[in-house]
Parts: sequence; structure tokens; C-alpha cells
Amino acid sequence: MAAGLGRLERTQAYRPRLGIRRAYNAVATGIGLVAIAIGLAMLAWLLIETGLKAVGWLDWQFITSFDSRFPERAGAKAAIYGTAWVMAFTLLFSLPIGVMAAIYLEEYAPEGWLKGFIQINIANLASVPSIIYGLLGLQVFVRWMELGRSVLAGALTLALLVLPIIVVATQEALRSVPPSIRDASYALGATRWQTIRHHLLPYALPGILTGNILAASRAIGESAPLITIGALTYVPFTPQGPLDRFTVLPIQIFNWTSRAQADFQHVAAAGIVVLLGILLLMNSGAILIRELMRRRY
Amino acid sequence: MTELGIRAPAPHPAPEAAEHPQPAARFRPKEEIALEAVNLSLWYGKKRALTNVSLAIPKNRVTALIGPSGCGKSTLLRCFNRMNDLIPGVRIEGTVRYHGVDIYAKNVDPVEVRRRIGMVFQKPNPFPKSIYENVAFGARVNGYRGNLDELVERCLRRAALWDEVKDDLKKSGLALSGGQQQRLCIARALANDPDVILMDEPCSALDPIATLKIEDLMRELAEQYTIVIVTHNMQQAARVSDYTAFLLTDERTPGQLIEYAPTQELFTHPKDRRTEDYIRGRFG
Repeated sequence: MAAGLGRLERTQAYRPRLGIRRAYNAVATGIGLVAIAIGLAMLAWLLIETGLKAVGWLDWQFITSFDSRFPERAGAKAAIYGTAWVMAFTLLFSLPIGVMAAIYLEEYAPEGWLKGFIQINIANLASVPSIIYGLLGLQVFVRWMELGRSVLAGALTLALLVLPIIVVATQEALRSVPPSIRDASYALGATRWQTIRHHLLPYALPGILTGNILAASRAIGESAPLITIGALTYVPFTPQGPLDRFTVLPIQIFNWTSRAQADFQHVAAAGIVVLLGILLLMNSGAILIRELMRRRY
Repeated sequence: MTELGIRAPAPHPAPEAAEHPQPAARFRPKEEIALEAVNLSLWYGKKRALTNVSLAIPKNRVTALIGPSGCGKSTLLRCFNRMNDLIPGVRIEGTVRYHGVDIYAKNVDPVEVRRRIGMVFQKPNPFPKSIYENVAFGARVNGYRGNLDELVERCLRRAALWDEVKDDLKKSGLALSGGQQQRLCIARALANDPDVILMDEPCSALDPIATLKIEDLMRELAEQYTIVIVTHNMQQAARVSDYTAFLLTDERTPGQLIEYAPTQELFTHPKDRRTEDYIRGRFG
């Protein structure tokens, strides 16, 4: 192949071995393709399998009815409402705390061992199994704070779970604002807070929102910590306030899959499709925000 | 000194000797002094960047800081408005006086220092906001009580940018060309009604025509403002400045002031051989 360019006397010191290099390249490409194909195929299989099972079961009646002993009358209304309540309160707690914590760490905290220590432990917290948060929530929120097995207790537990994710995402968003912007602002006599308020927060906002939505989509699929604090599995009502008892979609789905009648597998599939739909919507929202609000410096 | 410009190992000043400024650096302009570094030393962590710099900058003049890369000229510039305070691990000895007031004194707020002593950076760094908001920002955060529209127009006119942008003040500052962006940054600094404007290689990212415009602007601004400019470009220093300071980092002493003189004199009759070597292009 090298003959294509003719022979060059000076290049004798090199052994190009173009054939072998090209072969390695092809192998690497092939491995990558196979890897992504496996991932996509598994996902497609799950989606199609669940989708087919849900056909005929996912209808208006399913969305607007409470759970029932009879598969054809069972619905996800209580779980959808419960999920909405819990998520709203989760974000209400975790978003401001997470964002302010990230601002403190990025903009105010002096460099040193303490900051490093906190930083490492935030990363550690993000990888703690969610059931541990459930146990913590049970003790602290349900028992000590006597919130009972309520929406509030569930939301606080999930807020703890997603807090590290929000802190890290917000820190990254703040870090992506170039230092030259900080310099410009400080050099004009702005205080730290004015710099944060007028520049860093607005420019980092898309990143912060994206991080929060992704954190929320992690929380929305959690069942273990909520089961631990004692969320209900059979709920014939929607929560009317933050201190009411509740169930959420993943718990409802789990409950359906463990019932004896075969038809409940279809009901569960319909529930899964609803949950996936909500997740898809949230993630598309995150992508949309990122694209629409992207800035250049 | 040989023909090739390689200096024979000259007797280095001993570290103690560095406590006393270089003879050619003792010059002090016989004018009103706006800013004065007094025996200023600076460390980034354990690394020293400035050694006992004493430099008096006269009011309403353009003073240029020149020297090879790493000589400490930008560091010195950033000491004048306490921008180095923002870098973790910086330690300063000596002080800077602004019209006789120690700007590093405990009761002085760096925010107030930076309002009086503005800064323009090497790479134009407008905020990703409208032209209007870019100029108005400093005035807003510092509680300007006059008419903002008038202020924005006045500053853009003074920065010789008004005619080019007056019809679309709502346009993003980033939509401007590099030279226009840098003039926007100058206008933005003017909106704080500063006394001194520090410029850190303001033309190094610009083409020659944009550079000339900024240089003209500096000469004009010098009628009302004290300007300190760091530059790599000796022609630029010779063209725009009234006084020039030459800084150098050598093996023993990082960031020392070697020579300070009226620009004409420094470029035609340098007193220190190191200054001469540098301006003749023998190193750096």
C-alpha cells in the first residue's frame, strides 16, 4: 500500500507496518461496535417486552383508578400522585441546600484539608447504597422527628440520597464558568456574592438544572429506601398533604409483580411504561434546557 | 559579554544585596504619585515571584512594565488592585500606597480598591450579556445613582466604541470583534469612574489595526486617568508610555525591578546592562 506514494529513500528508518496498524484499528472499532450493540439490544428487548405486555392494559382507566384486587380494575393513580408529591418535596429540600452547599465549596471555602475531606466524603456519599439512606430516614425522620410514614419523611430521605449528586453537578457547572469571568467581575469591584448572583449562577444555570433533573430521575426510580421507611404498598387514596401516607410507582410496580394472578404482570408492565415515560420526559427536559441555554464565552 | 551576547558569569548580587534596590531602579518621577509599591515582595505558596520592588507611578501618565516572560510584571500589576488576593496561597510583604494610603491595610476593603483601580485583561473577557449590561455592571454593583443610559453612552464614547455599537446596545458583547471586545472591556472599566486603569497586555490577542486603536485610546485616556500597562511589545511601550520599568527574574532573585526611567531615556540610554540586553533583543 505504501507504494501508492512511491518509494522515499529518506524514510528507511521507519517501519510503517500499515497493514497491521490498520488491522488493530479495525479490531478496536469492531469491539466498540459489539459493545454498544449489546447494550442497545438489551435495552430494546426490555422495552419491547414490557411494551407488548402493557398493550391493552395501559389506558385511561389505568391512570385514573386506584389499586384493586382485580387486575382489570387496578390502576396507578395513588402511585402517580404519591410520586409527584414525594418528588416535589424532595427537590424542594435538596435543590436549595445542594446548590448553596456547592456554591460554598466552590466559591467561599478556603483551600485546605477540610475542603478536601468534605469533597471526598461527598463523593463517598454519592455511592452509599440507597437502603442505608432508608435506615437513616427511618430513625431520624420517622422516629425522632415523628413525621411518621409520610410523604415528608420519604421526601427528606430521598433528598439526602440525591444531595451529593446535586452538589457535585452544581460544582461542575460552576467550574465550567471560565476564571476570566470571575476576574472581570471582581476587577469591577463586585463582591463575591455579586459575582455569584450576577454571573456564576446565571451562566451555570443550565448545568445546575440538568444535574438536578438527572438527580430527580435517580430518586424517582428508588424503592428500597422508601420501603424501609414504611411507604405503603396498597393505597386506595391520594395524599392530601405532606404528612399523609403514600406509595410511589416503583413500590406499586413491585407490589403488582408479586401478586398471584398472572394478569397483574400486565398491570405491572403498564406501570413500568408510565414510569419510563416520566423518566424519558425528564431526561428530554434536561437535554432541552442544556441545548437552549448553552452559552459561549 | 561576548560577541554572541552570552554574558560571562557576573558576580551575582548576594541574597542580602537584593534587599537593596538596583541602583538604576531608584528613580522616582518628580510628579504627583498615584500609586506606589513599597518594598513589595510576593510569594505563590513557597515560590517567590517578586523581590523588594519599589516603584512610584505618576498620576495621569502611562507607565509601562516590560520584561521577559515570568519576570513578575503581571504579578506586580495585579498587586496594584489586590487581584492577587483571590489566588489561594499568595503572601505579600511590603505594601502598595494609593495616594499615600496603604491599600493592604486592615481597614481597606479590596472591593473599594478595585472600584478605584480598574483592570483590563490580556484576553478580552466581556460578560456573555448585552453590550449595555457589560458597561452598566460595574456601576450597578457599586450603587451608581446617576442616569445609567447616559453613563453607558459616555463610557462607550470615551472608549471610542460608541459609533460602532450605538444602534445595537442589546447585542451580546461576545458578538463584537476582538478589538471591539477589548474596547468594551475598557468602557466597562471606565463606568466605575476609576482613577487608575491597569492593563495586562491588552493588545496581545489583537491584530495590528485593533492594537493601534487601543494605543491611541490609551494616550487619550492618560489625560484623565493614570494608566499602568504590562506589555511584551517594546515598540508598544516606547510608543505609548511616559515611563518604563524593566523587571527581570534571574537565578537568584525572582521578579526584581532592574531599571525605571522616563521611557525615552530607558530606551536610548539604559543605565543597567541587563536592560540594554533586553531592549536590544539579546534575550527574552
